[in-house]
Formats: sequence, structure tokens, C-alpha cells
Amino acid sequence: MIQLVTQSVPTIRRDGKDPLLQIRDLEVGFKTQYGVVPAVRGVSLTLYAGQTLAIVGESGSGKTTTAQAIINLLAGTGQVTGGQILFEGRDLTTLSAQDMQGVRGSLIGYVPQDPMSNLNPVWNIGFQVEEAIKANSDLRGKDLRARTIAVLKEAGLSDAQDRLKQYPHQFSGGMRQRVLIGIGLSSRPKLLIADEPTSALDVTVQRQILDHLGTLTRDYGTSVLFITHDLGLAAERAEQLVVMYKGKIVESGPSKEILANPQHPYTQRLVAAAPSLASKRIQAKKHDEAANIYSAGGTDTALIDRAAIREELAPTRDLITVEGISKMYRIRTQGLKYTELLAVNDISFGIKKGTTSAIVGESGSGKSTVAKLILQLETLTSGRIEFDGSDVAGLRGKDLLNFRRRVQPVFQDPYGSLDPQYNVGNTIAEPLLAHKIGTKKERQARVLELLDQVSMPAATQFRYPSELSGGQRQRIAIARALALKPDVLVLDEAVSALDVLVQGQILNLLTELQTELQLTYLFITHDLAVVRLVADNVCVMQKGRIVEAASTDDVFDNPQQSYTQELLAAIPGGDFVFGR
Amino acid sequence: MPSNAHPTGPGSTGSDSRGQDSSGQGHFVAAIEDTPVAPVDRLDETQKARSTWADAWESMRRRPTFWVSSVLILLIMIVALFPSWFASVPPNSNCLLANSNGVPSADHPFGFTRLGCDVYARVIFGTQASVTVGVLATFLVTVVGIIVGALAGYYGGFLDAIVSRVGDIFFAVPTVLGAIVLLSVVPERTPVVIALVMSIFAWPQIARIMRGAVLTARNSDYVTASVALGVSKFKILLRHVLPNAIAPVIVIATVSLGTFIVAEATLSFLGIGLGSDIMSWGNDIGQAQTTIRTAPQVLLYPAGALSITVLAFLMLGDVVRDALDPQARARR
Repeated sequence: MIQLVTQSVPTIRRDGKDPLLQIRDLEVGFKTQYGVVPAVRGVSLTLYAGQTLAIVGESGSGKTTTAQAIINLLAGTGQVTGGQILFEGRDLTTLSAQDMQGVRGSLIGYVPQDPMSNLNPVWNIGFQVEEAIKANSDLRGKDLRARTIAVLKEAGLSDAQDRLKQYPHQFSGGMRQRVLIGIGLSSRPKLLIADEPTSALDVTVQRQILDHLGTLTRDYGTSVLFITHDLGLAAERAEQLVVMYKGKIVESGPSKEILANPQHPYTQRLVAAAPSLASKRIQAKKHDEAANIYSAGGTDTALIDRAAIREELAPTRDLITVEGISKMYRIRTQGLKYTELLAVNDISFGIKKGTTSAIVGESGSGKSTVAKLILQLETLTSGRIEFDGSDVAGLRGKDLLNFRRRVQPVFQDPYGSLDPQYNVGNTIAEPLLAHKIGTKKERQARVLELLDQVSMPAATQFRYPSELSGGQRQRIAIARALALKPDVLVLDEAVSALDVLVQGQILNLLTELQTELQLTYLFITHDLAVVRLVADNVCVMQKGRIVEAASTDDVFDNPQQSYTQELLAAIPGGDFVFGR
Repeated sequence: MPSNAHPTGPGSTGSDSRGQDSSGQGHFVAAIEDTPVAPVDRLDETQKARSTWADAWESMRRRPTFWVSSVLILLIMIVALFPSWFASVPPNSNCLLANSNGVPSADHPFGFTRLGCDVYARVIFGTQASVTVGVLATFLVTVVGIIVGALAGYYGGFLDAIVSRVGDIFFAVPTVLGAIVLLSVVPERTPVVIALVMSIFAWPQIARIMRGAVLTARNSDYVTASVALGVSKFKILLRHVLPNAIAPVIVIATVSLGTFIVAEATLSFLGIGLGSDIMSWGNDIGQAQTTIRTAPQVLLYPAGALSITVLAFLMLGDVVRDALDPQARARR
């Protein structure tokens, strides 16, 4: 099927206009001690003035590298090894460092991924914006100051004048991202590259910022190149879509067309795994292909049956009862003065055995503190937590150890929660060792059994965490948590750091384990779409309080509180129907 | 080979080719043969399992500096342990004043001291004292520093406050100055005594580094995970915190071995180090002062031996630091 086109690349035009950016067969490699490793392999894309294009793909697919190659900001040893990047007809790969400086900022703006680390903490915000404007214009003195304020106001900081002298740490994540967008757009570039501009932010903030970015780019006719892992965002905000996988483009074209009717098997897999509000709870059912589990069509009867069985099995008494718990933190402000922060404010809920309850909230809502309180990693300020009929506050010694055996955590960061010096076998055996369970041989056998339960090959036991991917590490963390045959798993943002396909796999695994081992889950997350997939009941938290608590279907189909409605509405592409 | 192919995708809708589409934005689907889809997140079982230490070794193995410094250090250690293998002439037995400040010859390649002793033999036999002081002091400082730093950093609070302040007090006294004061009152100045005295003033440096590293490791997620699994606090320190905090200490210890040898030489040069009856590079350098113009070889050879030894340890420290530095090690 492959035919080589020998003539020169045909001139590409649309409506009689030349493209603003045209990438042809771009190749980027990174030099390592093992030779040049290709990261981008023959990528071609076209972007016209005023258009928005999104590049989606999992981590390591080369999407960020492609974007960085455009403005020659490749990290470390990366270099363009082939192809052309034509911007207004000029090949950016052949420009000198000095000419490139003239392009960066003034013609192509860049909004980096992480608002927390991309502003210099020792300079105030005003200085940093001024610096960017000065680099790309002749404005000085009063004019410069006026322009700085205008730029920040455009980016949505209404009180810019008063905040110029403030430092990055005095700004919230959303505010900082606005400042970065302001800097990126300050010299009215023709193209703005936004690398995951909102993935570190809460959904409601994300929505504001994307709306704002949309308005700004529409007003000035700026083209936008989004880098994102979020298909919903791409569906909602981008006209054109490029799907990358292992450094290559697998599918590209109009975004709605691709997402409604994906052709390449990888795109199909990706689209199938994208959690959206239209998804249904995953049912434990062995599937050869993980992606199939999401397709609700055709399994409706099985679904209803299973839901009925679950309800039947559910005992009347709660396994965990939380009654009016509060947690107060004392924060030192200056010298000996303290202010009090009520992280959790008088909340109550119950969890039935064998069910999944989710606590959803934005950052700072207190949801992780609830998890820590239940795990006995923090002490209660007031209230009562009962586990299986007895109060767990103030458990000591043997009782505490026994409680720990039955209630196990899985943490968010799969890169941090495994000791890098321990191989997988020792990591999984650690809880057995700590509770003095079994002989060495029995422990070894149990490790193999657990690895099998989380679908990892037995040889994994000799691996070290640094050799595993994020999803694989999270499987190991789950295996470790299951080692003691607990009743409850507390999953604190356990899938938030994972790519969507891997996330789907882990959620499937959790559901299968739940049915197999009669586990009870407490699922802490910020991601409502994930909640829909796994939870039976939901508590929505805001500022330390539960604002809404009901069954998952009730919350999603018929949200009572305005805050819940706002959260649901803010999910990008929430109502977009993906092709399944 | 960059291909400009426009293959037809699976179940193609016919809108797949860019060639037909003049805007370059039509629906393009790559050929499956070109972009095979791998199973999601499968473990690559073909690669060998490696720990962080194996990784560090792998990175060190590739550095010529590592091999040069290792061979040098090995040689120095052998000389220190078995000096008689290298110098058949016992250095003090046949000193002849007739040979005073004699020039090098075939039998005596480094020449003679003012007292007519063979310089080569003295350099060889002096290795033992110098290296003993360096190794012993480093060992003591590392052990004390690790224990004190780890306890202070891990348990924090009152213990940390006390230990840190005491450490600061010792830290304020320069090692050599403190050693001069203490050594002027001890009855005997053997290598062991010198090493002990220097350790007293040098442990806070290691303790500080250890404390910092422990503080970082203590707040990591894997420690929280272990707490929640029910592992006891002290066991967490031994099993998780120490192994993850030890790397910077190893780096500093390697470098400080060289500096202790220098410190011993400094003290001996000042006449307050090893007793004059003990052969060491420092003592020899001190005595060579008087003949620096007439017989420079008497100064140059022990000083050269000292420099090479210190350089070897510094180079090794450098390589070890590169290998253990997580930033340099990161691969993916």
C-alpha cells in the first residue's frame, strides 16, 4: 500500500491562503549514551491563521517534543535530525540562534505546562511580564508599565495594577497560569503554543482559562497549538486534531470527525477509553481487551443484573461510619502567631461493605485530609470514625496494627510511593514482614500470587521501581495494599497521574478485584468522569464540607447543588458523544 | 527514511489521503503496518533488572576517570599495607651522613635527605601513616555523622535541636585549629590519636548532610505508605530512610578522605601532627623545608605522593557523585 511520492511536496493552500505553520516530515532525536533515540519520527501537520489545532497522545508519544522543536527549545540533548518547520514560509530549523530569538515571543508565543515552576519566585509578577514585553518591543518607562497592566488585564487579572508588585507565591495556580498566558500573548504573536496549559488546574478554573484563551485568540486572530492528553478538551476547543503515538502521527484531521469516527486502532482505543459523563459504571467482567469494558451498548441487561446483585448483597450496616468529623490545622503565620484552618468541617457519611464510595472535590476541598483521617495518618480534631462497629480514634499498639491490616491505602503518585531502593518482590512482601505473617517461602508464594492478581508477570519481582511505568508501579502499589487481604482500600487520586489507557486498565483491575475479593473502596479524586466509571456513591466536597451526597447516578443525572452542576458543566467535552 | 506515503487506513472512508486534499488538513489515517499498536503498558521483560546501585555501577564503569582513580587508590592501599614489597632498603637503618642531600642514582631513584636517608624508601614507608589517618578519620566521621544526622533528622524536635546546636559549636572550630589545640596536650601522637582528634571536629559536616538527606527521605510517599502498612518507626528508618539518604554521604566521605590526609600533613608539617619518630609524608615535607633550595627532591617526592593520593580520592568522589546523582541517573 505504501507508495513513495517522488515529486516535490505539493503546495498546500486553503481558500487561497498559505498555511501559517507547516511541518514536513519532522524528525527529532535525543542523544544518549546508547546512541540517538528518535522521539519524533516523520511528523507532518498544517495550521492556518486563526485555527486551533490539538496534538493528543500519551506521555512519551512525542507531542511536547514536537512543540518544543518548533521554537527550538528542545530539552537537553534533543536535536532536529530531519524535515522542515515552515513558519510563514521560513524554515525555522535553519534559522540562526539570533534569528530564532526574534521569532520566539514576538511571532510565536509559548505557554508552558507547569504554572508552579515557570515563574521565577524571586522576581515580582510585574517585573516578569515587563521583561517579556521589553524583549519583544521598544516600549519603555511609563508606556511599558501601562502595557504590562493591559496585558495582565487581558489575561483576566482585573486587579492587575495592585498586584504588579506581588510575587508568584502570592498567586494561586490559576492566577499564575493567567500570567503565563498573558506573557505568551503579550506581543500579539501569530501562533501560540500551549503545552497542557490547564492540566494542573481544577476543572472550573480550567474552563475559565480556556474560555478566556478562546476569546483572546479570536479577537486577535491568533492560531493556537494545544498539546493535551484530554480528548474532551480537544473535542471542545480544537478544530483540527493530530493523534500521536510513539513519535508518529496515527491519525489527523478535523477533530470532531476523528473523535466521532476514529479509524486507526490506536485512536479507537484512545477514544473508547476516554472517560466522559456519558460512560457507565465499569462492571467486573473479564475482557480480553481493556477498552471493550467501556462500551455500554449491548451489555445493558448484564449491567442491570449485576447492579441488582450488588444491591442485594449490600448489608444494611455500614462498614465505615464517619460522624461529624473535623480537622483543624494550625498554621504559623508570623513569629508565634497562628491562624487556624478548618480543612474538614463537620462531615458525615457511611460506606457499605463491597461498594465504592467516591469523594470528589477541587484542590483544597479537604478530600485528601478525609482519607488521611480515615487511615489514621492524622488525628481527628472532633467527631468519630467507626470501622466495623468500633471507634478507631486513639487505637494503639496491636489494635492499630490490626486496623492497618484491614484498611490499606494506595497513593496518588506512583513515582513516590514505592521505595526506589527496594525491588518489587521486597516491596510487596514488606507488609507481610511487618505483620510477621508466614515463612519466607510462604511470603514468596504470596508475592507471586499477588503479582498474578494485578496481572504482572512473575519476573517483575526482581525489578526496581525505576524500570516500571507509572501504571505498572500503581499495580505494584495495589498488590502491596492487597498483601494483607484487607477489607478496605483507600485510593487517594490513585489513577490521576496515569495516561487514559493505563487509567482504564487500572480501573478495570480494581473493579475485578472488588468482585473477586469483596473489597470496599473509598475513592478520592478530582475527576468526575472517573467517578462515573467506578463509584456507587458520591460525596461532593467544597471547602471542607460535603455539599452533596447521593448515589452516582443521582449526582450525575440530577445534581441538586449549584456547585455540583458547575463542576459537571466544567468538564471539557463533557457532553460530546465519542464514537465507540 | 522519511516517507511521503499516503497509505489507506483500515476501513477507510476514502478521505484519508493528503495528496487529494489541497488544504493539507483532510482526515489522514496512518497505515497499521507503519504504526503497529503495542499492548497497553506491558512490561518489557527483555531488559535486565537493575537496582539504583547497579545503575550507578553501570555509569561509573564507563568513565575512564573511575578506572584511573581506582587503580591509583588500589596501588596506594597495597603500598600502605606492604611497604617492604616496594622498598628493599629499610628507610632508617642505613642512613649515611656521607649521602647527605645526595642526588638521585639508579639504586636510589629519589635521592637522599639531609641525614642521608633514602627518599624513595621514606616515601614508600610514609604511605602507611598518612593513609591510616585518612581512612580511620573518614570511617569515624562517617559512622558518627550518619548516626547522629539520621537520628536528628528522623526524630526531629528536641533531639534535633540539641544535636544540631552541638554540631554547630564543633562546626565553628576549624578542624586543623581544633586539632592543634587538642594535640598539644595529648601524651602520644600516633595515627589513631590524630584520626580521633580530627574526627571530633569534622563529624558535624557529615551529620548535617545526613540530616538534610534524611529530612527529604522522611517526607516521601513511600515512608507514609510504610506507616500505613504498619511498619514500625525505627524499622522504617533502617529499611527505607537510611538507604535512600546515604548517597550524598558516600560522596562527601570519598572526597573528605583526601582532605584528612592533607590535614594530617599540615599538622605534621607544623610539628604538631604525628610524632617525629613516625614516618609520614607530612613530617618529611616539614623537614624538607630547610633544604628546599639545595635538595628540592627531598620536598618534591613526598609532596608529589601526597598530591597524587588526594587527587585520586577527589577524582573518585567526583565519579561517585555523578553516578549517584538522581538527575544524572534519570533515564526513561
